[in-house]
Parts: sequence; C-alpha cells; structure tokens
Amino acid sequence: MSKLNSLAISDNGFIFKPSTGESFTTNEIGLMIINLLKEGKSADEIISVITEEFDIDAISAGRDLYEYLDFLKREKMLD
Amino acid sequence: MEQKKLTIGVTGLNNIDSPGPGVSVIRGIKESEIDARIIGLAYENLEPGIYMPGLVDKTYLIPFPSTGSEAFLERLEYIHSKEKLDIIIPNFDSELYLFIKFSDKLLEMGIHTFLPTMEQFEERHKDNLPEYAKKYGIKVPESRPIVNSKELSNLPKPLSYPYFIKGKFYEAFKVVNNNQGIYYFNKLSAKWGLPVVVQQAINGTEVNVIALGDGEGNTVSAVAMRKQYITDKGKAWGGITLNDERLLEITHHIIKETKWRGAMELEMIKTDEGEYYLIEINPRIPAWVFLAVGAGQNIPEMVCRLATGEKVEPITTYKYGKMFIRYSWDLIGDIADFEKIVIFGEL
Repeated sequence: MSKLNSLAISDNGFIFKPSTGESFTTNEIGLMIINLLKEGKSADEIISVITEEFDIDAISAGRDLYEYLDFLKREKMLD
Repeated sequence: MEQKKLTIGVTGLNNIDSPGPGVSVIRGIKESEIDARIIGLAYENLEPGIYMPGLVDKTYLIPFPSTGSEAFLERLEYIHSKEKLDIIIPNFDSELYLFIKFSDKLLEMGIHTFLPTMEQFEERHKDNLPEYAKKYGIKVPESRPIVNSKELSNLPKPLSYPYFIKGKFYEAFKVVNNNQGIYYFNKLSAKWGLPVVVQQAINGTEVNVIALGDGEGNTVSAVAMRKQYITDKGKAWGGITLNDERLLEITHHIIKETKWRGAMELEMIKTDEGEYYLIEINPRIPAWVFLAVGAGQNIPEMVCRLATGEKVEPITTYKYGKMFIRYSWDLIGDIADFEKIVIFGEL
C-alpha cells in the first residue's frame, strides 16, 4: 500500500497516520490535492482542477501544490 | 457448559500519577467472559484500587517483597486459605522475582501464574541489555551498568552526553553533565539499589508494544502504541495504537527467540531514519493494557486462560488509532473502610 493510501483522512481535513500515530489537519485545497493524488492525477491535472474550483491563477495553484507536496514528503506521507 | 468462577488475585492497585497496572488488568478481566471474583493484593493502605466501587471483591494487604520471602509466602498462604485463589497476576517488577521463584510452590497450593522463567526474567535486566541484544540480534543504545558514581566521569566511548541514567527497577533521568549524573546516581541507587544503568540517549520517537508470549515462541498478542502525552514522571497520560509492521516484527522475533512466557512491554526508540532501538523490556503487563483491550486484544483475559492451561489462539489484528486518555478522579471514601485496612489488613 502506498504511504498516501495508508492514511486515514476525514472529510473535515483530519489526517491520521497509523504507522506513527501522528495526526495533522489540512484545509480544503490540501484535502483536494490528497484526493487527486490518490486518484493518480498528474501535477498539471491537479493545478487545472484547483484553478477551476478556486479563484486562483495557475502560478499560485502550482506554488500551493508544490509547497503541499513538500510538506507531505517531509512528513513521510508521500512516496 | 457452565464456566467455573475463577478467583483471581491482582496486585498493582496504586492507580496514582505513576500508575500500577492492576486496575486496568481488572477492567480487562471484567470486560471478558471470565466469571471472576477479584481479590486485590495491596502493599499500601491508600492504593486507590482498594476503594474503587465495583472493582475488587475483597482486598488484602501484603508485605513488601523486601520484607523477605517467608513473610510474603505466609501472607499469600493465609489469603489463599480464605479465598481459594485460582490465579495471581503480579504487576510490579519488584515483586516478580518472588512470584517467579515460588511459582511451583504456588501451583502446588493450586494458584496458577503465567510468568516468564527466572532465566528470561534475569537476562533482560537493564544492566544486561547489551549482552541480551547481542544474543538475540536486536539493536540497543550503548549502555553500561555502574556501581560507583566515580565511574560517571570516565564512561567508555562512545557513551556521551546526553545520556539516560536509570534505576534498577524504575525511573530514568536525562543527564547532560557530570554533576547531574552524580546527583541522579545517588538518588536512584538509594531508592532502587545497584547497579544504576547509564544508557546513551537516542534521538527519535518512543514507541511501545504490549505483548504476550505463550512460552513456546508464539506471540499470542501484540499491540503497538505511541505515547501522546507524557507526565513529568515519564508516564503516558495519553496514547494511540499504531500500525507499525516493523515494530511488531521485532516483537515477534524477540518472543520467538526467547520463547518468552507471559506478558511484556517493549520500550523502543524509532529514529527518523526508521531504525529501532530497544531501550527496555518490562517483564509484565504495563499500566496502559486497557488500550490493548479497547483495540481488540484482551491480554488480561488471555493471561488468565493461559495460566489455567487453556489453549489460546493468537490474535493478530487490532484497531489502529484507538486512544486512551488517563484522568484523575476524587473518590469519596469512609474512615470505616480505611480503619479496616489499617487494623485488619483486609477490606
């Protein structure tokens, strides 16, 4: 199972990592990014969905996405 | 078929800020299908478990193990003559030696226990951990038993600050300089005796496993947990069950190699690099056992069944993300109950 799929994520943005017992909270965009990653979407596809759903341009969406990916990797939640 | 009612003696009723496991053990038994009469065995007359409503059916004071084995056995014989104990679950490190030493004698009397062998108990002592690790292929931090505070100023490499200085049975303090080391050495040796153990501090997260071995190398139960809130005494005030496969693998390995008999708690440090260092093996049920019960593995029940010779099938699953949060609660007692314990040693 991938690291992302082993996480327990609620619709409220509460993330539980069963391997370490740590928990995190995330906002609406973070939750959307995680769900799209789990569906196997590429970075470009995720940026496109973010710009459609939220009132931000592609550059800002890209910055948010890569910052969030860094966070997920740093916390060992992403392979 | 109607199940026989079991009379079970349990120690460790000191549900205080550094709690004994007795109250949680009893809660586990009461949640099981075992029909039990619970006999509390207390060392002090203000152990909260004595007075908690609905917990014990009767409590007897017993002498501290340091009083000597004769007085200890005499008291158990007296209690057994009154109560016809089927099982005793001892829950303190400091009393285990006597219970293991006299387990055959207790069995002759009709009292069952399910404890490690004397060899298993002795070889996992903190002061023997490096040899233990070598024998069973486990990673442990550098450590050294010391019997004199002068040794602290000349610790062999690679031991360096910060390190933990640990009492023979309980307590550990982080040390960053020699004066601190001497202070804690004196404190720990006065309280728990010698040797005192110096153990290199390892950066990482402490993770724990409660486990039960059947004495033939099989792990009957194992639940992993991380402390979420730690008191100033280093005790867990909150914890959560984990899905940590490597940690459980190590547990199974230790139980298989040592043919561990009875309950145990493994205390380990997981480093950021994902390495696991064993820092301690407690040869008994830990105070947080009720979390394991809540997660689906009733270890006190399994201990009772193994003690009476039942075959117990291993449980390999439990719920992850189950939490415990301890709390304190003021019981209102009556001086008449206190009087009975003080004057007659039973309630």
